[in-house]
Amino acid sequence: MNDKPKKQYDIAAIMNENINVMRDVVPWANETRFRVTKVEKGHVLGVQPWEAHLVGDPETGVIHGGVITTFLDNLCGMACSAAMTEMRFVATIDLRIDYMRPADKGRDIIGEAECYHLTRTVCFTRAWAYHETRDKLIATAAGTFAINKARFGGPRPKPEASQP
Amino acid sequence: MNPQLTNPRADEIDAILKRLPFAQTLGMRCEVLGDEMTAILPFQEKLIGNVAIRALHGGAIASFLELTAMLQVFLVSDMPRPPKPINLTIDYLRQGHAKDLYARAYVLKMGRRMASVRAEAWQENRAEPVTALMAHFLVATE
Repeated sequence: MNDKPKKQYDIAAIMNENINVMRDVVPWANETRFRVTKVEKGHVLGVQPWEAHLVGDPETGVIHGGVITTFLDNLCGMACSAAMTEMRFVATIDLRIDYMRPADKGRDIIGEAECYHLTRTVCFTRAWAYHETRDKLIATAAGTFAINKARFGGPRPKPEASQP
Repeated sequence: MNPQLTNPRADEIDAILKRLPFAQTLGMRCEVLGDEMTAILPFQEKLIGNVAIRALHGGAIASFLELTAMLQVFLVSDMPRPPKPINLTIDYLRQGHAKDLYARAYVLKMGRRMASVRAEAWQENRAEPVTALMAHFLVATE
């Protein structure tokens, strides 16, 4: 285990501490107004509030499916980062969304995403959107994500040698 | 005007886009020639998903493609209103740059209950799509 000393980070904890920063650096997430409420290892929770400018059916006032896609895509990507022990960015390879029922007008949508398998290059995720419990789903998602090798902005900084 | 070149549904497409708050939020528009429609998503700062590499957000592209597919089904059908999505699969093929995005959708099968639709989005080069979508819509009107 110690033949290759590499600092391990609790990425989920770092993300949890910076929960609001993560949305502010994503303009489209700001536009759709979802919030991330909890980050644990490989698991992310969020809330998508109902907003008039996100309505996809003016007759019923139901939020557009694209908003749920955005929400679950983002949560899945974050669940990938939260499953790792070093900071890496991920890019969506593909995402499948199944719409079970329309969301209720005026109600918050809860989103939950998990990264259930991780290889060196790919993350596998699934996600759920619902009002109250996972028994009554609005939508589900299944997505795969590619793990980006290098961090942008020059060479990767050396982690400080603080390990005993 | 040559009646064969105008599609009465074309004006309806425009009206739907104007009525749809989320389509206005995205800022998309459509150009219709007969049964052929090109959707246009002019670049806006708010569509960015990653400020560091200035890439469009996958969710914004997916939303744009879903609306394009939905409107294409409406265009070639006689449905009174746009169809509801059942499911969709999105393939992110290339990075979406901070530029205008275009899309076209093809109805692969128009059934009595469901429609299968494929849509592709591209930027400078049509042959190099940024994102592809496959979706199913409910077209039954009870």
